[in-house]
Amino acid sequence: MNPFTFHRPTTLADAINQMKGGNGEVKLLGGGQSLLPVMKLDLAMPSALISLSGIPGLDEIRAEGGRVTIGGCATHAAVAASSAVRGAIPALAQLAGAIGDTQVRNRGTIGGSLAHADPSADYPAAALALGATIVTDRRRIAIDDYFTGLFSTALEADEILTAVEFPIPDRAGYAKFAHRASKYAVVGVFVAKSAGGVRVAVTGAGPVVFRATAIEEALAANFSADAVPAGTVASDDLQSDTEASAEYRAHLVTVMARRAVQAAT
Amino acid sequence: MSSHGMGVAVARKEDRRFLTGKGRYTDDIVLPGQTYAVFVRSPYAHARLRAIDTTAAAASPGVLAVLTGKDVADDGLGGIPTGWQIHNKDGSPMAEPPHPALAQGKVRHVGDPVVMVVADSKVHAREAAALVEIDYEPLPAVAHLPVAAAPGAPQVWDEAPGNVCFDWHVGDKAATDAAFAQAARVVSIDLANNRIAPNAIEPRAANGHFDATGDQFTLYTTSQNPHLTRLLLGAFSLKVPEHRLRVVAPDVGGGFGSKIFHYAEELLVLWASRRVGHPVKWTSDRSEAFLSDAHGRDHVSHAELALDAEDKFLALRVNTLANLGAYLSTFAPAVPTYLHAILLSGPYVIPAIYVEVKGMFTHTVAVDAVRGAGRPEATYLLERLVDKAAREGGTDPIGIRRKNFIQPHQFPYQTPVALCYDTGDYEPTLDMALAAIDYPNLAARKAEAKSRGKLRGFGISTYIEACGIAPSAVVGSLGARAGLYEAATVRVHPTGSVTVFTGTHSHGQGHETTFAQLINDRLGVAIDNVDIVHGDTDRIPFGMGTYGSRSAAVGGSAIVKALDKIIDKGKKIAAHLLEADVSDIEFSDGKFRVVGTDREKGFGDIAFAAYVPHNYPIETVEPGLEEGAFYDPKNFTFPAGTHCVEVEIDPETGVVQVVDVAIADDVGVIINPMIVDGQAHGGLAQGIGQALLEECLYDENGQLLAGNYMNYCMPRAEDFPRFKVGNHVTACTHNPLGIKGVGEVGAIGVPPAVINAVLDALAPLGVTHIDMPATPEKVWRAIQAAQGGAA
Repeated sequence: MNPFTFHRPTTLADAINQMKGGNGEVKLLGGGQSLLPVMKLDLAMPSALISLSGIPGLDEIRAEGGRVTIGGCATHAAVAASSAVRGAIPALAQLAGAIGDTQVRNRGTIGGSLAHADPSADYPAAALALGATIVTDRRRIAIDDYFTGLFSTALEADEILTAVEFPIPDRAGYAKFAHRASKYAVVGVFVAKSAGGVRVAVTGAGPVVFRATAIEEALAANFSADAVPAGTVASDDLQSDTEASAEYRAHLVTVMARRAVQAAT
Repeated sequence: MSSHGMGVAVARKEDRRFLTGKGRYTDDIVLPGQTYAVFVRSPYAHARLRAIDTTAAAASPGVLAVLTGKDVADDGLGGIPTGWQIHNKDGSPMAEPPHPALAQGKVRHVGDPVVMVVADSKVHAREAAALVEIDYEPLPAVAHLPVAAAPGAPQVWDEAPGNVCFDWHVGDKAATDAAFAQAARVVSIDLANNRIAPNAIEPRAANGHFDATGDQFTLYTTSQNPHLTRLLLGAFSLKVPEHRLRVVAPDVGGGFGSKIFHYAEELLVLWASRRVGHPVKWTSDRSEAFLSDAHGRDHVSHAELALDAEDKFLALRVNTLANLGAYLSTFAPAVPTYLHAILLSGPYVIPAIYVEVKGMFTHTVAVDAVRGAGRPEATYLLERLVDKAAREGGTDPIGIRRKNFIQPHQFPYQTPVALCYDTGDYEPTLDMALAAIDYPNLAARKAEAKSRGKLRGFGISTYIEACGIAPSAVVGSLGARAGLYEAATVRVHPTGSVTVFTGTHSHGQGHETTFAQLINDRLGVAIDNVDIVHGDTDRIPFGMGTYGSRSAAVGGSAIVKALDKIIDKGKKIAAHLLEADVSDIEFSDGKFRVVGTDREKGFGDIAFAAYVPHNYPIETVEPGLEEGAFYDPKNFTFPAGTHCVEVEIDPETGVVQVVDVAIADDVGVIINPMIVDGQAHGGLAQGIGQALLEECLYDENGQLLAGNYMNYCMPRAEDFPRFKVGNHVTACTHNPLGIKGVGEVGAIGVPPAVINAVLDALAPLGVTHIDMPATPEKVWRAIQAAQGGAA
């Protein structure tokens, strides 16, 4: 690990100033569950880290006006335990409670996860399926415009994700096939049904979270597990690794979609 | 019976230290003037070293030395030796290529150390290591079996044509062939035994200190056997006589075999310390451990079993390829031969057996003993084959085992593959395990699982293993370059407290408790007044360390021999004090007593008299009360038992969940049942891990794909049900304690039970074979293939 300077500002304004004033690569630090491991391997060598953990209010969670708003610094454990989330979108609390392990959930944050955009992370599936809005220090980004590719998003280099707004659906469910070692999603499918229709988002399977439109159409007509058609996601565009081939992942998309519908509340 | 004697589940004395963070491990030791080593390791599986430029590294802040293979050669260091020489079928010795401590000319696996950087801090050493420039010429590599044996495969060593280290066999080929000719049916199987990493919780570390004033070397190291390390350092690698070498293995956080071996880093820190004039410490990190600790298993085998019309076994024929890695580790040649092939009779009467084993070099990390070491490979092969014989014959997998068990009246039983089992009784453990898992109601459980969409399967393994390593003359005749006896000294202090110096080493086994129980049992001394000392060649007379489930059976027996001498001497002192003839003195419950009277002396009185010999038989008995003993076992010991497993499989995803495990072992006489159960639990966790989760996977170019915990799947508590563990004791006949050994039985017995359960669950779908680890995708593909799907 290379030497770096560490900042822990107490206001968003200070954080923004430190981002702008930094030399070399300045990285924002949430819970450090993705950034620190790659720094240890020298795969990331930032000159400065700006921790967001000292800024009051960034970890706030509330449900009002038909949506759940979760501050970027809310930990997975906090989301899983939040009565607001559990009451409004139980599937989201359940998802948060199954990320990684206890240590990861106690440190990792929703903002860090969505800014990092790991293709195997859980939150991107929920955000995309629920039609979330990403709130930053300077704008609001519709989730459909947010994920741009492998580990990449619409965020500017110096932009700070401050909150995520999730519209409360009629029903939602999440089913994950976890990597046996890492517990990341080999395939995770989030299904959400609301007045606007059915959205189905798949994480883990491809280089970036994506919507399974054929499954959405089938579920819009009949929101039941039996209605999920098999083989609608081609393996050509999916990831292949030692844990799961693209072909197996394609199969798991169908199975997990059915189980997500079964689990939907 | 004392509350802390034999057979009592005494809480572990050492746990207070460990659980409160007071353990003292190698990396905790910081010597005055401490410096730190970091190794630059090869990123290639096979490459020629064209040039190494250390200029920038040497000029980096805090750097004391940047050392290469050339420095190793210039200083005349010996290579890292192997401790066992195998002979080929034709009587010629195995190929034994050199193993320089730092690579010379070529690198031969990813992780092969090329450059050693020593600096005043670990950070400085790392920074300098990043500045070393190595010009590699990558060469074709081979990592896998059977590819390494194929014509035209990349060659690891010029000295080993075809990558063959040895081509060895055991058993009677002609008798076996003749028996096969008479067979009513023959069952054959091809299977692989997956490569696993040892994963001790404490990574390896070594701190070397050369004291120029006394010309003395001291090595602190994560070792299971400091005397063996000293022996190999002294005679082969460092080439310094033992009296100038001290090896200390302080608290060690697990080994599972991987810390038996003498590693290059141990030599290099001592050598570097002499060069830089400071102690030099190296501590592995987890990623480095995957690339430098010896791995285990990695066999590919073809086996055939001949049966008569009544399903009695007639003969067994086995052909095994064993991956040894690029360099020969300390016990590597012995593992697939004398710890694998000669176990292939299992608990069965098999009149004729013939086994061929080829040890193969590949461009991978060395393969050596990991918990079980050869015996898991043998058990897996045999128990898969026996199950297949039952399934193909349409017979019951339990009945076929019962029918072929060695019967109690047949002991001692000489197998056709060298071993002579002294004792055993296999049906009681089989019955116990079947009862514990409620075998009679299996059909109902299968039906209930089916109603939930799950496939439930039952699997069994009836295993035997050989441990209590080992009779020195026997292993010497088989190629061992060391004896495998054990040593102990029992020092009774003037007030009657006791210090035991044992040549075994505890790195999780609980010796500080179990050996204290032994002292309590024999001398009546409270366990709090007993201290067990191990792990320091300057304090312990000698010893061969801990592996092969040997500590209680061999080390405990050495302690008993020393205790017998203590008691004999105590009787002489007591006879004098009690004015009786020594032949009339008996010792029990901590008292020396004149037989048939109430005249007695406590053990503490005798100890005091021995050190304050005012009234003492000084003409015939020396003062003091301290005795040493060496014990060389007469035979291996043979734990055996039955492991039963039930799994449930999700046919949609292929996920296998172990839902029940019931085992019954015969590990001989038990000192501490809690520790024995704990050993069984840990072994089961590793065995189930190998069967379902763990695989040290290389790609075809020799890159390690599972080199960290994001990819290498360690078992977690959630992967297991509550284990049901039972014991049925038959005492070992040839050691004074009747102990057989328990350290490895879980890892040996359970893997085939898991896979047999998976195959039982999948049998209705037509699946007949699967290799370990039975990962979800592998199971799903097997289902697809059996159902005629595209996969």
